[in-house]
Amino acid sequence: MNLPLFRPHDDPGPNFTELLRRSGFAEPVEFDGTVPVEDYRHGTTCVAIRYNDGVLLAGDRRATSGHLISHRAIEKVFPADRHSGVAIAGAAGPAVEMVRLFQLQLEHYEKVEGTSLSLEGKANQLSQMIRSNLPAAMQGMAVVPIFAGFDLARGDGRLFEFDITGGRYEETEHASTGSGSLHAGTVVKLGYRPGMDADTVADLAIEAMFEAADEDSATGGPDPVRGIYPIMATITENGYTRLDDEDLARRTEALIARRRSAN
Amino acid sequence: MNMPFYVAPEQVMKDRADYARKGIARGRSLIAFRYDAGIAICAENTSSTLRKVSEIYDRIAFAGVGKYNEFDQLRIAGVRHADMKGYSFSREDVDARSLANQYAQSLGQIFTHEMKPMEVEILVAEIGHVEDGSADQLFHILYDGTVMDEDMSVVLGGETDTISERFGDLDVPPSLGEGVRLAASALAGPDRQLGADALEVAVLERGSSRRTFRRLSDEETTEVLTA
Repeated sequence: MNLPLFRPHDDPGPNFTELLRRSGFAEPVEFDGTVPVEDYRHGTTCVAIRYNDGVLLAGDRRATSGHLISHRAIEKVFPADRHSGVAIAGAAGPAVEMVRLFQLQLEHYEKVEGTSLSLEGKANQLSQMIRSNLPAAMQGMAVVPIFAGFDLARGDGRLFEFDITGGRYEETEHASTGSGSLHAGTVVKLGYRPGMDADTVADLAIEAMFEAADEDSATGGPDPVRGIYPIMATITENGYTRLDDEDLARRTEALIARRRSAN
Repeated sequence: MNMPFYVAPEQVMKDRADYARKGIARGRSLIAFRYDAGIAICAENTSSTLRKVSEIYDRIAFAGVGKYNEFDQLRIAGVRHADMKGYSFSREDVDARSLANQYAQSLGQIFTHEMKPMEVEILVAEIGHVEDGSADQLFHILYDGTVMDEDMSVVLGGETDTISERFGDLDVPPSLGEGVRLAASALAGPDRQLGADALEVAVLERGSSRRTFRRLSDEETTEVLTA
């Protein structure tokens, strides 16, 4: 790999995907027809909720290939950079690759330009990446993420939903995506209160993921036997922090205890 | 047909080297040194926006002296090289030695084949995974593609001999404060003093985070200088 020096007129600037293209990295293969749904992995339910310090992201751990569970501990919630994160639903392969490129794109921009993109700039960047995936989405391999972050300029947590065309929609309270999103979203909607604290919002997210797994076969519930719990992360002024598994185990047990005593 | 006058290759190379050296000597110098928790780079720079020291990758930093647009072009090429390498292989496959060699190849090529050599001297620094710092690397690359692997510290720019002498030889890595104070007085010389507004300080810091590069703010630099 040699040193990528460009003449001023064909310099790709701080854009990493453009740099890859100019440097001769292979474009994705074009193909017609659809890929059978059992031939690739699918990831499902994710939610994002705003609270008083910022935003919380949560995602279940199951990947399915058709009717089979193909992975029990897949990760669908990722840091995008220090002050933002992405949660993905849809075809796992393209989604994870999209996140990898997105993370690199943000870091690359920051290093080349010497300053970070604005939160809105990051959301628009992701929107363009989803749009470029549209041909694959039409063949069944859609990627539908949620983007959340702490806007340092505004001093507030913000979250964005997308559709497969790259449409970008800012939500003020909460967002959900994936096959279990209807159930998870309803739980969040009913339990949401403005200005919740980190503790309350984590319990609400646990409950939302629990209900989604209860109703949707493609969403994985908590698995205390293997010690697998949904991935949850908060994004605040201090950055992206993943909640540890012991905390999640404790919250899950408390939820189950509440359910038992209600019966 | 016009025949060009014969000029001895020694003369051509000497002229080019003199030209590059003169350009470099016009700018202000910088010092990079190993300290007890990583590598620090301390540059004399009155601008707080046009940087001489910057991040290339998780454990790699870049510093340049001489003509700003030329070393900045090299810096961006380095970021691109590292990010593409990390993307196509893995983050741990990105290393300073290979980047330093790439810089050397390009600078050497430009020195012999282009109209004018680049008026720059650059540094590629990397902190290794060994706690005691024995795997840390400092590569000093000259305008003609010469690469030098330095051990404890290195001075880039004009008057390097005088500045190195003032900075002295380090036997053991100093603390960050001690090192920065020493570097600031070595860069300043006996007749003046450099404050935080005339210094650009950045470190590659051994620690838990993936990206080890960190800039010291003016407040932090002042604190370190006056401690």
